[in-house]
Amino acid sequence: MKISVEHLARLARLHVSDSEKDLFGIQLDGILTYMEKLNELDTKDVEPTSHVISIINVLREDLPRPSLSREDALTNAPDGTEKFYRVPKIIE
Amino acid sequence: MELYEYGIDDLRKMLDKGETSAREIAASVISRIDAVEERVKAYVTVTRDEAFAMASRADEQFSAGRKASLSGIPVAIKDNMCTKGIPTTCSSKILKNFVPPYESTVTTRLGNEGYVLTGKTNLDEFAMGSSTENSGFFTTRNPWDTDRIPGGSSGGSAAAVAAGECIAALGSDTGGSIRQPASLCGVVGLKPTYGRVSRYGLVAFASSLDQIGPITKTVRDAAIMMNAIAGRDPLDSTSAPVDMPDFTSVIGQDIKGMKIGIPKEYFIEGMDPEVDSAVREAIRELESLGAIPVEVSLPHTDYAVATYYVLATSEASSNLARYDGVKYGLRSEGKDLMDMYMRTRSEGFGPEVKRRIMLGTYTLSSGYYDAYYKKAQQVRTLIKNDFEEAFKNVDLILTPTSPTPAFRLGEKTDDPLQMYLADIFTISVNLAGVPAISVPCGFTSKDLPVGLQMIGRHFDEETLLKASHAYEQSTQWHKRRPSL
Repeated sequence: MKISVEHLARLARLHVSDSEKDLFGIQLDGILTYMEKLNELDTKDVEPTSHVISIINVLREDLPRPSLSREDALTNAPDGTEKFYRVPKIIE
Repeated sequence: MELYEYGIDDLRKMLDKGETSAREIAASVISRIDAVEERVKAYVTVTRDEAFAMASRADEQFSAGRKASLSGIPVAIKDNMCTKGIPTTCSSKILKNFVPPYESTVTTRLGNEGYVLTGKTNLDEFAMGSSTENSGFFTTRNPWDTDRIPGGSSGGSAAAVAAGECIAALGSDTGGSIRQPASLCGVVGLKPTYGRVSRYGLVAFASSLDQIGPITKTVRDAAIMMNAIAGRDPLDSTSAPVDMPDFTSVIGQDIKGMKIGIPKEYFIEGMDPEVDSAVREAIRELESLGAIPVEVSLPHTDYAVATYYVLATSEASSNLARYDGVKYGLRSEGKDLMDMYMRTRSEGFGPEVKRRIMLGTYTLSSGYYDAYYKKAQQVRTLIKNDFEEAFKNVDLILTPTSPTPAFRLGEKTDDPLQMYLADIFTISVNLAGVPAISVPCGFTSKDLPVGLQMIGRHFDEETLLKASHAYEQSTQWHKRRPSL
């Protein structure tokens, strides 16, 4: 097994049940093995492509523009007050 | 013929002549939805009231002498594009109650052209899948055989167009999600060049690959939709500052002397023999229209699926980090902040989304980044170079869209890798960022549609539209509709 599903799940902020752990382990292992196919290729001097079209630094004038109101931005919050997002307490 | 059976161009002419009204068209499409939706399940949300309101506005504008290119045309939108005030779920439990406070650029532009919104269509959760079986809500059925999948991830949009539940639709395509369902449902699907259409308001899956495009009944209709949605948008910094052609201007031009590349790597073992023969027959048809087939090679084709799944899952793991139960969407309470995050994401995401987030987390994690992510970016360069090399000698490249016709529900759900291989012919196009179209090119003995794919140079959708329209008009495939 290449991976620890439990460790990976924690990094990704996911819970996995024991039965999911086994299934995901087998599936992810299979997919990662398939991905290793890429090692057949010599890419020593090949530049990586992160984006297919070369647009660099799209800039605009720094002018104020209309944006979402606070009220609109908070309408979808599962636990919002009039002014804030509320989250579980993080400091004792 | 009922009004819902027509395409955009025909309805446009009928509206212009005063032979029908936007309200009549909307009523026809809505009653078609009422008649078949139970069997097709294309829509997450049907926007009946909005449709009639928008149709009434279109009719009022007609009486005032104002009309735009899509005035009164019913269009369905994949449910991963934000529509202000109308739920946008991505077919995910985590966004089940999300009502966007803003509008995507594509729907804003369709609105400027007077479209009528019929609703939001089903997809594989967050567009991750090839069958809609990964939808968090239900699976859409193929209108040609409701025991089969419609393809994905834009399966709801393709099924809705094929079933007459809208006149045209928008889909999004990260690795084939417009073209593969269009192929499997017997309709036209165009993935534009990366950067051609603004992604503002499209819920992000893999940002360097995602692109919005039309799913329509005819090639001409795809060109009409492109005129409405394409073009630079200051709200999307990756939308390209290139000239905007009139995409309909090439419709009807002949293709004499056009060089069509046939990549040998795409005619592989394991391809369905009926797909193979339909596509070969299409090549002969194009030849009879004056096109010249030329063998080309895309030598890194075999590495595309592996490259894609490294890059797409890496980008997805980063993009989907935003679903944290704080700003919008589902929240599941936990004993502390970390517990709340983990419960929210575990309950909100389905298994395929979790698999991809974990894969992407792995390939981006310290110690593995170079081996997977950077390696895949380098192979992406090689795949992109393959296309550049091939396009030195040909005007477009022709391949099958999908190696098989629509498969049965449940046939591939146990093995994610098998499902990934369903995208084997469409994925390279997203990696290279080039445009591609799928058009119907025949039917199997079981009456399932087959599609062919044409791939073009960057920002050369016009050659694709010209060639696919010439082919379409010399065949009858696009006139067949499923009997539901």
